[in-house]
Amino acid sequence: MATKVFMEALSPTMEEGKVVSWTKKEGDEVSAGDVLAEVETDKAIMELQARGDGVLRKVVAPEGTTIEVGKLVAVIAGPDEDIAEILGDASESAGDGRKKEAAEAAEAAAAAAEKRPAAPAAPAAPAAAAPAGDGERIKASPLARRLAAEKGLDLASLEGSGPAGRIIKRDVERAEAAPARPAAAAVAFPAEGYEDVVPSPLRKTIAKRLAQSLGPIPHFFLTAEIDMERTAEARAALNALGDGEPRISVNDIIIKVVAVALRRHRECNAWWQDGSIRYFNEVHIGMAVAIDDGLITPVIRHAHLKSLRQIATEARELAERARARKLKPDEYTGGTFSISNLGMFGIDQFTAVINPPEAGILAVGSMEEKPVAVDGAVAVRKRMRVTMSCDHRVIDGATGARFLQTVRQMLENPLAIVW
Amino acid sequence: MPTITYRDALNQALREEMERDPDVFLMGEEVGVYQGAYKVSRGLLEVFGPQRVVDTPIAELGFAGIGVGAAMVGLRPIVEFMTWNFALLAMDQVVNSAAKMLYMSGGQIPIPIVFRGPGGAALQLGAQHSQALESWLAHVPGLKVVAPATPYDAKGLLKSAVRDNNPVVFLEGEMLYNSKGDVPEEDYSIPLGEADVKRAGGDVTVVCHSKTVAVALRAAERLAEEHDVSAEVLDLRTIRPLDSAAVIESVRKTNRCVVVEEGWPFSGVGAQVVDEIQREAFDSLDAPVLRVTGADVPMPYNKALERQAKPGPDAVIAAVKQVTYLD
Amino acid sequence: MAQPMTATELDQEQRDFYRHLLRQMLLIRRFEEKAGEAYAQGRIGGFCHLYIGQEAVAVGAIAALEEQDYLFTSYREHAHALARGMSARAVMSELFGKATGCSGGKGGSMHLFDASTGFLGGHAIVGSHLPLAAGAGFASKYRSDDRVTICFFGEAAVNIGAFHETLNMAALWKLPVIFLCENNRYGMGTALERASAVYDISQRACSYDMAARTVDGMDVLAVHEATREAVERARDDKLPTLIEARTYRYMGHSMADPIHGHYRTKEELEEQKARDPIDTFKAKLHEEGLLPDDDVEALEQDVMEEVEDALTFADESPDPEPGALYTDVYRD
Repeated sequence: MATKVFMEALSPTMEEGKVVSWTKKEGDEVSAGDVLAEVETDKAIMELQARGDGVLRKVVAPEGTTIEVGKLVAVIAGPDEDIAEILGDASESAGDGRKKEAAEAAEAAAAAAEKRPAAPAAPAAPAAAAPAGDGERIKASPLARRLAAEKGLDLASLEGSGPAGRIIKRDVERAEAAPARPAAAAVAFPAEGYEDVVPSPLRKTIAKRLAQSLGPIPHFFLTAEIDMERTAEARAALNALGDGEPRISVNDIIIKVVAVALRRHRECNAWWQDGSIRYFNEVHIGMAVAIDDGLITPVIRHAHLKSLRQIATEARELAERARARKLKPDEYTGGTFSISNLGMFGIDQFTAVINPPEAGILAVGSMEEKPVAVDGAVAVRKRMRVTMSCDHRVIDGATGARFLQTVRQMLENPLAIVW
Repeated sequence: MPTITYRDALNQALREEMERDPDVFLMGEEVGVYQGAYKVSRGLLEVFGPQRVVDTPIAELGFAGIGVGAAMVGLRPIVEFMTWNFALLAMDQVVNSAAKMLYMSGGQIPIPIVFRGPGGAALQLGAQHSQALESWLAHVPGLKVVAPATPYDAKGLLKSAVRDNNPVVFLEGEMLYNSKGDVPEEDYSIPLGEADVKRAGGDVTVVCHSKTVAVALRAAERLAEEHDVSAEVLDLRTIRPLDSAAVIESVRKTNRCVVVEEGWPFSGVGAQVVDEIQREAFDSLDAPVLRVTGADVPMPYNKALERQAKPGPDAVIAAVKQVTYLD
Repeated sequence: MAQPMTATELDQEQRDFYRHLLRQMLLIRRFEEKAGEAYAQGRIGGFCHLYIGQEAVAVGAIAALEEQDYLFTSYREHAHALARGMSARAVMSELFGKATGCSGGKGGSMHLFDASTGFLGGHAIVGSHLPLAAGAGFASKYRSDDRVTICFFGEAAVNIGAFHETLNMAALWKLPVIFLCENNRYGMGTALERASAVYDISQRACSYDMAARTVDGMDVLAVHEATREAVERARDDKLPTLIEARTYRYMGHSMADPIHGHYRTKEELEEQKARDPIDTFKAKLHEEGLLPDDDVEALEQDVMEEVEDALTFADESPDPEPGALYTDVYRD
């Protein structure tokens, strides 16, 4: 008799859990009471127990995926029992698994966003951006047109939540309140692309050995101290432009820099998957946000293509919603690299834990004025330390170091971003 | 303030106007000895006598015409049709004589007449006894058309109708006669051509008249409780002349409108209201204006079918949800 | 039948009366002839229903009324308007659709009105004005004034519902109304015997226990006498009467309809013309020396001048202002 393993409510307020690791793997015999997996809940990491005997036939939710409470995560059954039917039902309820291609996730997110009129326009995803027109005309209620004209908003930049994408009054009001996307949002971002590479025998060996000696992910850490004078200057100049909205923070600039650098160092913009390494063409930066009792990483998608203003706006909005616990799964999954910044807490330097299946994370410390040697003399300069944690199965020391070098170059010479 | 029935409110209006002006008289089937088919004229024969409360044979065209003829020479008749369904027989006199006399005569001969009676459906009266014909009558220039929903409105408007120097079509309702409401004892009248906000609100304007006012109010209550939508219920009271200004003002405030009526959809009163809104308040509209009407069929006898055919609060709520994008 | 009187036995009032009757019939005849001409020339539009041949009825009947009485008629009404004392100018101008017309140019041939003479139209729906007339009668009774109401209609109206409903109520409520049916034998193109189960119209009155009278509609004095009797009954007894005046129209139903052909023969028309009411009255006056021929000729002349004047006046009168389109829909 098969036992369906569901994501269980392991805390009174839990709505979804992230599978941190499977203690048992497919094919293992399990008994009721055995720990099957470690699940991160809204509160802590809890153990998911087997509630039946048999063989763990199928793991539906791989490590790193977040599953809603009540949805299927695995099946325990007799070794030869037919579980096709169970799995057939489950395929949709496995949630936005990392297993799915990022494009599908993006489409699902876009479709969901359109169906939920209460939600503001989703960050632009390839399939999303439902322009309200039917080819040529933009559909908008007469009232919405008038309001948009009065507020100087371009109808083409608004997403309509009315029937057939009609732009209505609340869409205009929302756009005015929190312009999530400036006019350029109509630009379609490139389709997702990636390449799965089977690790070479050498790499497999390194992976296996390091995993054995250092736990699941073999971390190593690279630290660099960066001169931030020019970045600070450039930032102040930018914030003096226009009406100063939105304000650009140092972190926004770091996100942009890291994203552009990752485009030049694709080897660091990757996921370690069971059986292959996925190198991404697009860069989606996970931004660690401290929330009550923990941490969550909303993702700024296509960060390498976005302007500083777009990044600043998005980062602020995502952080707000993260703190309000209003992020949807598709908003904190799908990142290709993460950044964690504890500079505001006065931390000079720290090491961050990698966010699997990502291969790297950058820990950013505070920007301080320090005496340093410049051209043989002591000068006081703004300095900042960053520490990159790398998954050695994907990134080697030199690879990571070269990436960090590019990051430093860009921060010390901001124009290098567009070099 | 006394609470009285719609029927008694009309009775008071008739009584007061007949007392006030000796030229006012009532004519129709069963209005006298029988005390009124719906008891609206109860007691009037005893007070005013058979010269002024005139029982007629069943001859709608004939006695409607007699009323018009009397009005032509200066009397102020109130012609009662037992129901407006029967008035179809008298349409020649209402439309060709009463409505047109002033115009055809180059302004010489006004027709100060009231044609009144219950219109629309009651309960299981069948196809020939359930018709709401206000749009037919409102179509005709020269007529005024009034449809009060409450006892207060009924009394005040009937008095104004009697005092009006034009032919006034006054639409009551069998289902309204027993309804109760506050009616002041002091003399008052309500001008024709003025709508009334029965319930103020900010999210949507629900335009209605006659029996659909109660429907709209019930819908508004549920909308507030269940959907947090604040509906403004605007009772037209007079269909012609239409208080367009009141409608437009309300729609400009709420940006959304649902028009409710008991009659059939094609060319109904609502079609006129919607036209005026889209012409005059186009830029205030956040959604198309929707209509809730009676079903486009002759009225069936079966109780459940009849209920289906009548516009109810559910239909109004569904329409409001559409225009507020709640579904 | 009136007895012949000698010229010496007639007093002036009587002479004047006969002159009046003749002049009116002549006026109507000439007016209608000129109106027909004007219509054929396109100066009158729409419908034009001519009364030629029936003059004795309108003139004889209306002569029996008092000033305060009410009059209703159908659309073949120019004659009744003129007989009631409306000016030829006012009537012709209305036919021409001018602002000086009795209805301001907004009624036309079928909707002549003059409240000052109690001329209450001018109605175009067959039989539809009978209830109106009963209503005026009702008002007279209501007010206890001693007005009577006369209602002219064609024989084809006796088969419509309004006729029945009205006569019933008029008899039931004892209304002072004279229902005068001008039986010219043809409802447009349908002879009475093809439309009525009972040919004798005055017989219908017995359904309502109403007084009735049949009279030769080509004899102006006979019509006058019959109407006078009915007026007395109405004024004194408050009772209605149905009078059937048998007459004949020479022209088609309207200017747009054939004079003869399918529905009646030319022979029949000529036969009837031989009984022409004006000619016979003139002959009578001549035979009995009741009016010198010179007087008659002078009358003819006078009448022609009046009609010509009316034509000129109508021609020269202005159209209504464009704004008149929207006036008098409602009375304040």
